[in-house]
Amino acid sequence: MTKLRFVIFLLPFSIFLFYVSIVHTQNSVNLKAIDTPNDKGESITLTVEGLSEDSTIGEYEIWRSTENDENFQLVAKVSSKQTNFVDTDVNDGIKYLYLLKYKKGNEVLVSPVVGPVISRGQWFHTQRTNVLGGALVLFSFILGFVWYAKKGKNLYIRPIAGLQAIDDAIGRATEMGKPILYSSGLGKMDRVATMASMNILSSVAEKTAEYNTPLIFPNYDPVVMTTAQEVVKEACSRAGHPDAYHPDNIFFVTQSQFGYAAAVDGIMTRQLPATNLFLGTFEAEALILAETGNSIGALQIAGTDSTIQLSFFIVACDYTLIGEELFVASGYLTQDKQVLGSIKGQDWLKAIIVLLILIGGILGILGFNYFITFFNVG
Amino acid sequence: MNFTLLNMQRTIPIIVCFIFGFFMLVQFFVPHRASVSAYQTVLDWMQIIFVFTLLVGVFSYIKINSKKITQTQSGWGYNLIGLAGLVVMVVLGFWKGIGEKTPFLWMFNTMQAPMQSTMFSLLAFFVASAAYRGFRARSWEAGLLLLVAVIVMLGRVPLGSFISHWIPDSANWILRTPSMAAKRGLYIGIGLGTISTSLRIILGIERTYLGKK
Repeated sequence: MTKLRFVIFLLPFSIFLFYVSIVHTQNSVNLKAIDTPNDKGESITLTVEGLSEDSTIGEYEIWRSTENDENFQLVAKVSSKQTNFVDTDVNDGIKYLYLLKYKKGNEVLVSPVVGPVISRGQWFHTQRTNVLGGALVLFSFILGFVWYAKKGKNLYIRPIAGLQAIDDAIGRATEMGKPILYSSGLGKMDRVATMASMNILSSVAEKTAEYNTPLIFPNYDPVVMTTAQEVVKEACSRAGHPDAYHPDNIFFVTQSQFGYAAAVDGIMTRQLPATNLFLGTFEAEALILAETGNSIGALQIAGTDSTIQLSFFIVACDYTLIGEELFVASGYLTQDKQVLGSIKGQDWLKAIIVLLILIGGILGILGFNYFITFFNVG
Repeated sequence: MNFTLLNMQRTIPIIVCFIFGFFMLVQFFVPHRASVSAYQTVLDWMQIIFVFTLLVGVFSYIKINSKKITQTQSGWGYNLIGLAGLVVMVVLGFWKGIGEKTPFLWMFNTMQAPMQSTMFSLLAFFVASAAYRGFRARSWEAGLLLLVAVIVMLGRVPLGSFISHWIPDSANWILRTPSMAAKRGLYIGIGLGTISTSLRIILGIERTYLGKK
């Protein structure tokens, strides 16, 4: 009888404790499952809140089932410190349910079921909206100025010493009766710097054809070699001297970086070109080439998109095209209205970027970081 | 007939360039599997095409070197060595393979690799000669450059810290602040130039790479 009284006395208290433990489990662990944003598909991201703070919980288990299947399968065991888990073992278009199991003391606790969640690949990367906006502004400016130039408006481009010197460099080689050495470095045709180099090569080849000055172009890449041969051939025809084109002067050397440097150095020391033009993508071989050219007394003009190699070229060469000067060379040399228009658009964009940097700097100092985070790219 | 062929020679590359250029631009904004898969396929094809273009390079190498040897042009001995190297490596590779303990690998490790290292080592001497020329204090700008270079170089070696902690601190400030600002200016210019040139090529405004103006 005493025992029964004791049980009756404890019953409400036990019910209360049971209720509290369930509420605690349901409220303290918050499991969220979403289709992973901005991905190719086949991925669901789970976020777990409320477990990492509890040091008594070592790990938790993630269980998954499909909507029509009651049997949950174990997906992974995850450390409780990890609050995110990406399930990549899912198929697109299927509804998935998730729950968590974890041990607290000797008790196994189960979270409420979340879902259904469906994995899908996205057709637009929302975290790149700012890039798209920027690209549209950029394209509008460039195309706007191209259209403006096509109407016949005159556009002023500031004199670029390195490009002005190309004529003198060709003239020097002609007077000395020596060849001109041209190198586009290690870049392949997928590099925009190599494309820009081909554009400059066209103007150079046209002038060398007029003066009948040999143009030597050792190549690192066979595709660049073929392109260069075509560019020089057309330039010679345009100059009215198709006979000035010598395909043997544009040749493949090697795909080894320092093998290429050795070969070009050898050509320089044997053939003693009066002018060296290093325009394209260069790496560690830049200084080896430029210093060898300097030692033979060649007039050297260089330009590259590699900022590290620029400093070496500045020291070792007579003229260096810095930054975007390499990319504007084509328009500058040919005075093509459309190309000049795009360069003008690019200049205006640069002014806008400078303005944005100034605004960002001032707002950052004042503590308004939204403007800066707006430019983050996902 | 010729007129049509000429037009096709000009138009088809521009169309191909536009389609692939535009696709590469669009795929950056599309994370979907279809886009990723197509992008990967294009990259795979680039690799396949690259392997075939190497044959063009090898053919050019053999042609130019053979011509110089047969005509005994000046320096033809170098051409002979170069051509012999190509033939020997190809023969050894096909004959004994390119794995461990093969003559091909032995040739690579004991001849080609040391020669490449030798060329790379020359850079140390060239840096010294270029630095000597660059740091000659002929004007106040060159003098300033020399001063900054001395601080940065001393700040990068233990001797700088030994003299004063101001030297490595100043070197770090120079690299982090004025040098980084200048670099970023260059990056912005190069980035805009790259985009502008790419757009001109995609839209067919720039056609010099096709040999046409």
